[in-house]
Amino acid sequence: MPLIDLANPTKFLSLTARVLPWLAGATATLLLIGLYQAAMAPDDYQQGATVKIMFIHVPNAWLSMFVWGVMSMAALGTLVWRHPLADVAAKAAAPIGAAFTFLALVTGSLWGRPMWGTYWEWDARLTSVLILFLMYLGLMALWRAVDDPSRAARAAAILTLVGALNLPIIKFSVDWWNTLHQPASVMRMGGPALDNAFLIPLLVMAIGFTLLFVTLHLAAMRNEILRRRVRSLQMMQASQQAA
Amino acid sequence: MTALAALIRRDVKIALRVGGGALIGVLFFLTVTVLMPFAIGPDLALLTRLGPAILWLGALLASLLTLDRLFTADHDDGSLDLIVMGRAPLELACAAKALAHWLAAGVPLIVATPVLGLLLNLDATATSAVALTLLVGTPALTFTGMIGAALAVTLHRGGLLLAVLVLPLSIPVLIFGVAASQAAITGPLSFGTPFSILCALSLVSLVVGPFAAAASLRHGLD
Repeated sequence: MPLIDLANPTKFLSLTARVLPWLAGATATLLLIGLYQAAMAPDDYQQGATVKIMFIHVPNAWLSMFVWGVMSMAALGTLVWRHPLADVAAKAAAPIGAAFTFLALVTGSLWGRPMWGTYWEWDARLTSVLILFLMYLGLMALWRAVDDPSRAARAAAILTLVGALNLPIIKFSVDWWNTLHQPASVMRMGGPALDNAFLIPLLVMAIGFTLLFVTLHLAAMRNEILRRRVRSLQMMQASQQAA
Repeated sequence: MTALAALIRRDVKIALRVGGGALIGVLFFLTVTVLMPFAIGPDLALLTRLGPAILWLGALLASLLTLDRLFTADHDDGSLDLIVMGRAPLELACAAKALAHWLAAGVPLIVATPVLGLLLNLDATATSAVALTLLVGTPALTFTGMIGAALAVTLHRGGLLLAVLVLPLSIPVLIFGVAASQAAITGPLSFGTPFSILCALSLVSLVVGPFAAAASLRHGLD
């Protein structure tokens, strides 16, 4: 089946119906393996058992930015190619991304309490992620402010692309400003600074969370397509009754 | 070129005349600054320390307040459609409108800063540092805010949404504006570093703002 067929919502629905169970199974398996490995990982010599918060916190933080990246791609698809599924993808991704960002903030603050002695610190990384969360919420509000889905999609796509300028600021905030949050330790020049005992569970969890996002995203896209069908059916019915 | 110059002249004229409300921004700026000593207490040493932050916050809110007039008035009387359909590129027209808005609403804020600095017990160096950072920073506020204004005009009743969309984008400008003015007054850091980042933010918004605003006007109004 050529890739262009995915642009047809009906084909997309039937394909995702077949793929989703496998994706969900793979997600659950990977997350279980990752959680088991995380539970078996040794305590850190400085941080003790609290280091295990990392296995939840770091994947959430990565995904909070990854989802905005996916939405930026979808925004390009909306504005440049007018791809019919691009705005569905962008709209379905926003609440999921907001949830990942929120979880990253919450787990980070729970981790910060025993480590830094405070739930919240106005350092560069925390602040920029909080701004990212606000931007997710603003974007969702923008989607809801317009009643015509295609106009809402184009307005939201422009805002998504403008907001994407914030992503590099978040990524490099820990390198540019030397503050409380630790600098990058996995994706950096010269290889990861983590021991394998921590790195492997972390990567398994990261892949598991990414699959979780893909699963949730496809399911949310299916819901959105069906919701739009119901909407157009209702409009047709209303116009027939009016005629 | 004459069309753009005429657009700038017209926008500045409308903004400065009765009902335009650009000077309301200065009044609002004054009110915010006057409110602060009531909230914080009349401790002059504390006010001196907080002065740059108060002035920047007041200027940010004042420029946000006037932003939704950038396109709505033209949208209501139909001239926005003429601008969109006109022969001048819409990106340049948006840039011209933002420039006019900055001349009419941003520059008065900068002019008012020395007077308000007196109220907050800022000395001459501090006041000029704040005024200088505002001079470089307020164009960034206007040009990023224009994106929100263009989005809001295409959605009806977008006024409150405008604030929600624009404020996160203006946080970096606020951070570096205040950082530069603090550095000039007290800081161990040099004034140049945050100031040049502030200039860079302004230049980026000068490029991104008109394109994003023009795109959202084109997509929203059809």
